[in-house]
Amino acid sequence: MTKTFSQLKKSSKKIAENSKTIKVAILGDTATQFLNVALQGTAFDQGYHFEIYEADFGQISRQIMDPTSEFYDFEPEYTIVFEASHKLLSYYYKSYNDQLNFAQNKINYLEDLYHTITQRTKSKVIFCNFPEIDSQIFGNFSQKVEASFGFQQRKLNYLLAELALDKSNLFIADLCAIQNKFGRDFMFSPNVYINTEMVLSLDILPVVAENMVGIISSIEGKFKKCLILDLDNTTWGGIIGDDGLEKIQIGSLGIGKAFSEFQHWVKALQRRGIIIAVCSKNDEDKAKEPFEKHPDMVLKLEDISVFVANWENKADNIRKIQSILNIGFDSMVFVDDNPFERNLVRENLPEVCVPELPEDPANYLEYLYELNLFETASFSENDAERTKQYQIESQRATALESFTNVEEFLKSLNMISDVQEFNNFSKPRVSQLSQRSNQFNLRTVRYTEEEVNDLIQSDQHYTLSFTLEDKYGDNGLICVIVLEGLDPENIFIESWFMSCRVLKRGMEEFTLNTIVETAKKNGFKKLIGEYIESPKNQMVQNHYENLGFKPENGKWILEIADYQPKEVNIKTKNN
Amino acid sequence: MNNEEILEKLLPIFHEELDNEEIVLSRETTADDIEEWDSLSHIQLIVAVEKAFKIRFTSAEIQSWNDVGEMIDCILSK
Repeated sequence: MTKTFSQLKKSSKKIAENSKTIKVAILGDTATQFLNVALQGTAFDQGYHFEIYEADFGQISRQIMDPTSEFYDFEPEYTIVFEASHKLLSYYYKSYNDQLNFAQNKINYLEDLYHTITQRTKSKVIFCNFPEIDSQIFGNFSQKVEASFGFQQRKLNYLLAELALDKSNLFIADLCAIQNKFGRDFMFSPNVYINTEMVLSLDILPVVAENMVGIISSIEGKFKKCLILDLDNTTWGGIIGDDGLEKIQIGSLGIGKAFSEFQHWVKALQRRGIIIAVCSKNDEDKAKEPFEKHPDMVLKLEDISVFVANWENKADNIRKIQSILNIGFDSMVFVDDNPFERNLVRENLPEVCVPELPEDPANYLEYLYELNLFETASFSENDAERTKQYQIESQRATALESFTNVEEFLKSLNMISDVQEFNNFSKPRVSQLSQRSNQFNLRTVRYTEEEVNDLIQSDQHYTLSFTLEDKYGDNGLICVIVLEGLDPENIFIESWFMSCRVLKRGMEEFTLNTIVETAKKNGFKKLIGEYIESPKNQMVQNHYENLGFKPENGKWILEIADYQPKEVNIKTKNN
Repeated sequence: MNNEEILEKLLPIFHEELDNEEIVLSRETTADDIEEWDSLSHIQLIVAVEKAFKIRFTSAEIQSWNDVGEMIDCILSK
């Protein structure tokens, strides 16, 4: 699926219509022209337009330390700092007197760079870690010599990851992982390096660029949320309908091992918060049998959010899964061993990602490991709850069918919402929801945890988070409001986003009631809303109009004094 | 493989890597004759030629050619 550098170079010259422009600065200590081209090409292919500032090489500290540098003039949204292992090694050779502290000194320097950038700009920072060079000075014994380069280099990579743990605007482009997968000889061409001062081979550049664009695009809110699995010869070996429960291959023997390991991988994704769905051509009862009865199955029915097994075509079934989950097709990955099904889905649903699974199941995992399918910009503890929430949503959908009157149905749900200002507990989830919400998102502002923290501290801002619980279960934190007091009279809705899981339950009205209360309490007279169009948020195009706001100069106005609280079936939780 | 055969095999590589289908090649062609042939795309050419002919150029060779003819001679010497 990865393109060649020449193909990327062609893409790099194009600008897609309606693509989002993102300003990216590249600072390197080796030549970065090709990386620049590869990044632009990859960005184009993924629907972005990267406006890139590329510093002359070897300018990293000057550009960052000097507040009047071109780097700061450029006002980047993302800063990629690419220091090469080669340079690292030559600094190491020169720092002969303090090699024992080499990694620590380097990490202090990198931390300084990070702080300087984030104090002066809003840019997110991407540091590359250091693919190892084994200089063989000590051989294996370097692992027993603390001052050796081998030891210090590994320590540095470890310290860099540790640094990223508590810096929410710091991201690591894991070049070490790329080198582990593809090998040093593939990643680095000595003759190209000698002639150009470039340390990345032409063959690896597309992989590195895809990796970096992946980080940026997941921060921008574009990432995979759902894995859809075929069953026969994908999840287990053999065909359940023909072979029967005893004969399908799974477990520790032979090729069964490949399927078991694949299932472990899927289960780990599920625990991380990826929604797992099944789409299989089978009778439903037969398809479910292994999940219920086979002792070696790693995946159980409770791991699957939506289970579709029938004889209809898979594109239609994936549409059905999409309508239940209410997420974009471009956030879905479909894994199937059958080339016919893969092509059918690709043709009908081009946005769905369909990996070209290798023929031999033994190769499934190593192939999937190449694709970095599930890049993410956040992780919170309750991600693992997501499966349950979507299962509950299916139950709710079934219950709704039994009511003739929606109002009655909503009443029967006994909905309760816990409304709070942002706090340290809700911070990760608020940030995450800002990144995940594309459809119900009025202005599509994304917040990192650090930015959420700034909002908590700010005197101008009023923040609200909402949970929603009903008799079927707790949806968790599903709606976020950020209000900004513009002056003593006017208050602006900087952000209003909500999980699509809770659409059509009166949550919008309930939220507006709460916003107005907050505004009133703080003495504001006018509430100002704004809709900024994105490729995905047409759903809320008429949001403010529907809620009774009046248009004025491209914004939406609500007079607080005239507001009558809307009727809702949601109660506020008493804390 | 002789001079002509190599030239014939080089042509599509130049077209692809320099993204210009109109390039015409002879032994006398130099980088000055082709607008797209700069120091960066030179590296793309090198890597593509190495792959196509399954050879490796030394770092010195990469910088040594004055025209396509010398490049061909270098390939022939491998």
